[in-house]
Amino acid sequence: MHAVAADRVWKYFGDYPALRGASLEVAQGACVALIGRNGAGKTTLLRILASLSKPSKGDVKLLGLEARSTEARSRIGYLGHGIGVYDDLSAMENLILFARLLGVEKPAEAAKSALERVDLWRVRDGLAREYSRGMRQRLAIARAFLGNPELLVLDEPFTSLDDRAIGVLQQLLSGARSRGATIIMSTHQIREAMELASDVALLERGKMIFAGPRTTEMMLDPGWLYRTYAERRPGDAPA
Amino acid sequence: MSGFSAAIAIASKDLRTELRTKESLNSAASFALVILVLFSFAFDLGRDEFLAISGGLLWLVYAFAGALIVNRSFARELPNDCLDILIASPAPGWAIFLGKAFASFLLLMIVELISLPVFGVFYNVPWVDSFFPLLLIMVLATWGITIAGSAFSAVTVNVRLRELMLPVLLYPLLIPLLTAAMEMTTALMNGESLGGSNSGGLRILTAFDAIFTALAVYLIEYILVL
Repeated sequence: MHAVAADRVWKYFGDYPALRGASLEVAQGACVALIGRNGAGKTTLLRILASLSKPSKGDVKLLGLEARSTEARSRIGYLGHGIGVYDDLSAMENLILFARLLGVEKPAEAAKSALERVDLWRVRDGLAREYSRGMRQRLAIARAFLGNPELLVLDEPFTSLDDRAIGVLQQLLSGARSRGATIIMSTHQIREAMELASDVALLERGKMIFAGPRTTEMMLDPGWLYRTYAERRPGDAPA
Repeated sequence: MSGFSAAIAIASKDLRTELRTKESLNSAASFALVILVLFSFAFDLGRDEFLAISGGLLWLVYAFAGALIVNRSFARELPNDCLDILIASPAPGWAIFLGKAFASFLLLMIVELISLPVFGVFYNVPWVDSFFPLLLIMVLATWGITIAGSAFSAVTVNVRLRELMLPVLLYPLLIPLLTAAMEMTTALMNGESLGGSNSGGLRILTAFDAIFTALAVYLIEYILVL
């Protein structure tokens, strides 16, 4: 069983197809770097994989379940462009709320453990609005990893993080991988992503033009994937 | 976690954030009070004439105050993309919706209960004797306003002119509910009971609440997840 099985997914916004038959299969425990230029459809695909949006056409299975099923959603952690925490609640209140929504058995304990992991326990009663940008980002990371999700869907998780938050995120990602969680993350930071990823998927204008294991060429030359797959279309000038 | 527990968690969260910021509560309560006071100076009517329009006046004020509250219901989730996190959570769409509607209901009830004595004082209307029947009307009509209002709050949450769109969509729909509430309130203020010829209004309120609660609960998943 694949952790993610997206089969010929189309997504229209009005008449515009943001995704054009994109397919992606991700094995359990894999870490996929989803790359592509701006407007390629990365966020649209990730929103579908996080059950936030429905495909116009095509089929999506997550952890062997229907994408919008309650059970699938209880096993997914999502980090999008927004931090997804309430400014007028404290860090502890935020995480207890989300732990309760996730159905975690002991929400307060889960929140405490999550805050300790991102080093925010000592400021747990401060309102999120009073936090610095870096602290808010770490709170968002703690929220996404609440309840040890089996599938992590991360949309440009490293963008605008400070070094401390990057360290926390890398540590949590590495912990998630070691317990067998599947990770899909979109990114523009190809070099950093290649170090974490076991697999790579390349979206170009709504189409999945490459999906496979990360290779040495990709590690050594971040531009290789684009030159090899994205820029070789019939009618285009050679790269 | 069951859907009802999720609804309670979301309602508690909404009430907690509202009691901290008082964004909707302050604006709706001050709006209701100012309008009631201004109207009392604007019209030079006798007591009988005031009694005849009392229900209409009260429910128009409550409906406008209600729009201020339900407008914030889903808009509260926009900063930091919190609505995405709620939708991605295992909480069913109907639980998210009912939690938010219930929080708006309690907030509007608070505004109504604050402004009712002011209404009584400025218009010399005998509301104390008929408080409990009036409370029944308030509960039924307020639930109708908040359930329909929260549904439209979800529909318009990503619309740029949502503060304008929501009342435009909502008020025509509320006409049967408001008419029934106005007629029954006027009857109570004139010393009548809710039985007999006035009981039809209660049936209208109950039917409105049941139909719109069922419709909203059924449709909310399609509204939230596009």
